[in-house]
Amino acid sequence: MKTKKTTSIIYLLTLCLILALVSGCASKQGSRHDEGLKIIQAKKPVSEFVNKDIIYAVDAYDPWECFNRDMYMFNYYFDKYVFLPIVSAYEFILPDYVEDRISGIFNNLGELSNLTNNILQLKGKSTAITAGRIVVNSTVGLAGMYDPASKWGMPEHDEDFGQTLGHYGVGAGPYLVLPVMGPSTLRDTSGLVVDTAARTAMWNWAWDDVFDNVSGSNESKIRLAVDATEAIDARHNISFRYYQSGSALNMT
Amino acid sequence: MKTKKKLHYLLLMCSILFAAVPIAQAESYDYPIDDPIAATILSTPPQARASLPQTIRVKQYQTIDIFPDRDVPEVFWYNKEMLYSVAYHKEKAPVIFMIAGTGAGYDSAKMKMMQKAFFEAGFHVVALSSPTHPNFIVSASSSGMPGDIQSDAKDLYNVMEKIVQKSKRKDLIGDFYLTGYSLGGTQAAFVAKLDEDRKVFNFKKVLMINPALNIYDSAIKLDKMLTDNIPGGMKEFNAFYRKLMNNITQSYVQGDFVDLSLDFFYSAYSEILPSTEEGEAVIGFSFRISLANLLFTADVVTNSGYIVPKNLKLFRTDSLTDYCKVAARGNGFSEYVENIVYPVFKAKEPGLSLRELVDQSSLRVLENYLQKSDKIGLVTNADDFILAEGDVEYFEQVFGARAKIYPRGGHCGNMAYTDNVAYMVDFFKK
Repeated sequence: MKTKKTTSIIYLLTLCLILALVSGCASKQGSRHDEGLKIIQAKKPVSEFVNKDIIYAVDAYDPWECFNRDMYMFNYYFDKYVFLPIVSAYEFILPDYVEDRISGIFNNLGELSNLTNNILQLKGKSTAITAGRIVVNSTVGLAGMYDPASKWGMPEHDEDFGQTLGHYGVGAGPYLVLPVMGPSTLRDTSGLVVDTAARTAMWNWAWDDVFDNVSGSNESKIRLAVDATEAIDARHNISFRYYQSGSALNMT
Repeated sequence: MKTKKKLHYLLLMCSILFAAVPIAQAESYDYPIDDPIAATILSTPPQARASLPQTIRVKQYQTIDIFPDRDVPEVFWYNKEMLYSVAYHKEKAPVIFMIAGTGAGYDSAKMKMMQKAFFEAGFHVVALSSPTHPNFIVSASSSGMPGDIQSDAKDLYNVMEKIVQKSKRKDLIGDFYLTGYSLGGTQAAFVAKLDEDRKVFNFKKVLMINPALNIYDSAIKLDKMLTDNIPGGMKEFNAFYRKLMNNITQSYVQGDFVDLSLDFFYSAYSEILPSTEEGEAVIGFSFRISLANLLFTADVVTNSGYIVPKNLKLFRTDSLTDYCKVAARGNGFSEYVENIVYPVFKAKEPGLSLRELVDQSSLRVLENYLQKSDKIGLVTNADDFILAEGDVEYFEQVFGARAKIYPRGGHCGNMAYTDNVAYMVDFFKK
């Protein structure tokens, strides 16, 4: 029953998002100038001063620019009115010390993705170090709450499936701003989908193991709480703010 | 008698020792990077930095609506309110305002470093973006075209007043102090001068860190660092950029690095930027990015019709890439001043030459004031390349003992170095 409710909330959010996007890109037909004012060509117009024959460093592959700008804006509002207030409350309630331990636990779980992707990229040393990290931090580091592995010369080797694709020569593809998750590329988005699917499969397996031994129907509630905490923890650790540069030219 | 003699010797020894300490300090300055270009790009290596707390009590993302009635162009809808931050104590403390350098926001790395240092020293610290930052231009600049420092100083003053008015705990506000680095340092002097007339803050002390003597001349030097150092000229910029990125990738792949950390850049610096020319080009490029933002923002806000057609309304989702190309190519600071700022001033005062206009923003205008005003200090480096020949001597002559000239550090490269932070904090604490 609860799951049904959350699914419908997600559907509703998606619908709002699509509406926001469609209306955004469509609203481009408004008036381009105030009444009584004529548009006058610029002193250095784009038509003359952009050299079509050369590639500029700023030329990013961004065929979905309008969509991306809309999504960027949606994320700004989502961040401002939903995500960041929750994160602030989280930061207000919990002492920094506890927040860091929670981050450690989720980070340790994320090592599994680092491990699989280091293996997929055939990086022997990084794989060994990552495996070592998981063993050390899960035991001595109390399920990842602490990170003794880094102090013992086993630094984190961050990898994801997007990087694995890149490793094998898959180009980044178009720039793509994802809802809530933020700026990415098509390749990294595909990678994210794979990593998430792999994780979900593993979690399902682990959760079943846990809940087989526990009676009661709180499973979905607890899973939702864990997922939510993970999302909040992730945002808590990212200092990025939309439109932070203040610039309209280079937004991210 | 014998004991007395011994005591005498001991005292003499002590006095020599103590006298020797300051001399030794003046001579030895161990900031580790010799090359001014490398110093500017890398700033201070982690182990040589002043030790500062990881986090301090700071209100981030504070906003204030400076001009509530202003119609902000739609394309800048997110810049309607001005952003700043305040590090605060829970008891009464002096307040220090900090002004960021060209194009930098209130939360730039240098600003955060200074904020921590002053907070640790017992100040409430208000961090302000540079008047050349897009957020400041749109939300707080009265003209929408920064560059004339006399006007920028008035905007800054207005902002500072409004921030103090907005404070809910005026009982915790003590005396006022002021500082800024780079262009912010130059602006600090003009704000201090303005305060002598308006007397709202009565700043106790003002410190200018690596200021430009004449912003126009400094900016042109920075422009040239880019345009003179791209092999084949600016039309080959993309090739230069790709080579730079390639150097980074190569050093990263070859070295045994875990992530793109500062440590990586320190050890791979000479591989990434093998020649001084490339280093200069990178500094010039970084300045050019700030400038393109400034130019585009000012062009839209003032409706000057320089790059964006006059009277054209840009929407939130419009592609701006082409404008960015025009702004960043072939437009240095002089083009900005000539095409956007100068026409407005010339309309008001037809006889005004460009040179006369830019010289109004030179610190030489304040020479008498700076010479007499004991509360104003200056810190700079003998090898700061934004200064022209003779500028350092001029500072020494005007400020006398209030000028602290370090032998090296480039432009702001040594700001986070232990000695520099100690000097900066001491200046305000004394």
